[in-house]
Amino acid sequence: MQVARVVGDVVITRKDPALHGVTLLILQPLGRDREPAGRTLVAADSVGAGVGETVFFVRGREASFPFLPAEVPVDAGIVGIVDRWDFDE
Amino acid sequence: MLLARVVGTVVATRKDQRLESHKLLVVRGMDPTGKPEGNYLVALDTVDAGVGETVLVVSGSSARMASGMKDTPVDAAIVGIIDQIEMAGD
Repeated sequence: MQVARVVGDVVITRKDPALHGVTLLILQPLGRDREPAGRTLVAADSVGAGVGETVFFVRGREASFPFLPAEVPVDAGIVGIVDRWDFDE
Repeated sequence: MLLARVVGTVVATRKDQRLESHKLLVVRGMDPTGKPEGNYLVALDTVDAGVGETVLVVSGSSARMASGMKDTPVDAAIVGIIDQIEMAGD
């Protein structure tokens, strides 16, 4: 998983039927300094995240698991909202 | 998933039989402002997208979960046509 900030959302009318009702958000992955690191991506949300929140997300087919038994064609999914994120080293 | 713009089409007569009757498009990744980034990809179209449209592309084994793609040798599928991108602060 990786930490990211939710920076936007996308509106899609014509889509795969399995994506109906699935919220799609734009994520900016973050580095240790909490600054943007890497390219933005679109992720499915299954935890009720919103724009401005820090989240962690999973990549790959596992991103569709929160929606089981539905088979949702997503390759990135938000699976948690980060309350706090600290380093001890 | 990637935001991408459809920039072309692919015609292939000889191909895996599971790819027959599916439309193949060339897409280029873009950032949320529309600036092109990353590589060109061949993606299988499941939503009847066209050149110039902004689309949502799902990659990897998840592409096979798009409608009608079961057991299809595909690692990129267009699963939606983007109407609008809303960014924080817009």
